Amino acid sequence: MPWDRNQMAARAAQELEDGTYVNLGIGIPTLVSNYIPEGVDVTLQSENGMLGMGPFPTEDEIDADLINAGKQTITELDRTSYFNSADSFAMIRGGHIALSILGAMEVSETGDLANWMIPGKLVKGMGGAMDLVAGVKRVVIIMDHTNKAGETKLLKECSLPLTGKGVVDRVISNLGVFDVVEGGLKVVELAPEVTLDEVKQKTEATIVE
Amino acid sequence: MANKRFSDASSALEGLLFDGMTIAAGGFGLCGIPENLISAIRDSGVKDLTIYSNNAGVDDFGLGLLLQTKQVKKMVSSYVGENAEFMRQYLSGELELEFNPQGTLAERMRAGGAGIPGFYTKTGVGTLVAEGKEHKDFDGETYIMERGIVADLAIVKAWKGDEHGNLVYRKTSRNFNPLAATCGKVTVAEVEEIVPLGSLDPDNIHTPSVYVQRLLKGQHEKRIEQRTIRTA
Repeated sequence: MPWDRNQMAARAAQELEDGTYVNLGIGIPTLVSNYIPEGVDVTLQSENGMLGMGPFPTEDEIDADLINAGKQTITELDRTSYFNSADSFAMIRGGHIALSILGAMEVSETGDLANWMIPGKLVKGMGGAMDLVAGVKRVVIIMDHTNKAGETKLLKECSLPLTGKGVVDRVISNLGVFDVVEGGLKVVELAPEVTLDEVKQKTEATIVE
Repeated sequence: MANKRFSDASSALEGLLFDGMTIAAGGFGLCGIPENLISAIRDSGVKDLTIYSNNAGVDDFGLGLLLQTKQVKKMVSSYVGENAEFMRQYLSGELELEFNPQGTLAERMRAGGAGIPGFYTKTGVGTLVAEGKEHKDFDGETYIMERGIVADLAIVKAWKGDEHGNLVYRKTSRNFNPLAATCGKVTVAEVEEIVPLGSLDPDNIHTPSVYVQRLLKGQHEKRIEQRTIRTA
């Protein structure tokens, strides 16, 4: 049985290491904060200018001056600090953030990532994603293995404009966990009842066993 | 002491606006945007603007107001996904758009304001962003050169300012504001409150007054884009 989005987020939360600083992307990656394992203390960075991001506010706590990178209202913690956008990306570009968990439209077998535009159709922009993948130490992608049309999102080469070249370390899809290694993608783990044959059938990228 | 204080946004912009000018604006999404100055720019009718701003507002608020009236020739932004009118104008070729990665845009403002005409970054190497830019290797890694930004005008929003122009921002509404403030040939700041000289802690000034030429107290709606709450 493939993982649903919450199960993918829970699996991704296993990637979090105690005492580190982590940036979570918009969408499913945001859900990862709901599954931080017991005993693991991480500090979440929000690239609009905050370290130590707290949970969503109660109705009474809502503050228009306090949002995350997805423009959602959030809260602060006793460890929180605020800074400007250049300082925020100095942390990111300078390699001070250990891990970024992001969504993707396509990932290639060499770790290329496409997640910011579909020419002529969807032009939203890269936001901080290009800086994150270029700067953080480790990049983990959470995404569905196939798109809505059932086509694989794990390709030999990305067809969409890239966010970064050779930047992805690990992909967590609804079918399993895959590492970008020499020669292709290595299966680290499969979701319950998912077979290697099913993964191969739904993957264009080379699977390294 | 030079009088930097103006009664409202329109008078603070008097003599500064001209067609075809470049403007750097603070704000992230709708958080910390110079609402009053944007409205005053709309009312002035100035056109063919090139605007450096991380986002482009939403259809009926923030910089979206200047898109509605077609006063913008070109946007330089990292993310414009919240604005349907923007998308329409861009896809139909009415509006020029230059995507900058968010950190690159922030650093371009910081560099321009600091007298640094260009810098090298890994961000965007191997992507569309790198096309046509100088590539250079340092210690075995490839970087691209990005240019500092100096704008004809910078518009920013702060929480508190004193009459000398020292500014303090609040929480995540700081974002691009201190950077935009440094990169304008002239910088106009709107604040929620103008406080007496000496009442801001000199150890905690976010934008020192040298960067601010004009100051006004605004009225701020502070619209929230994604009102997200937790269920207790």
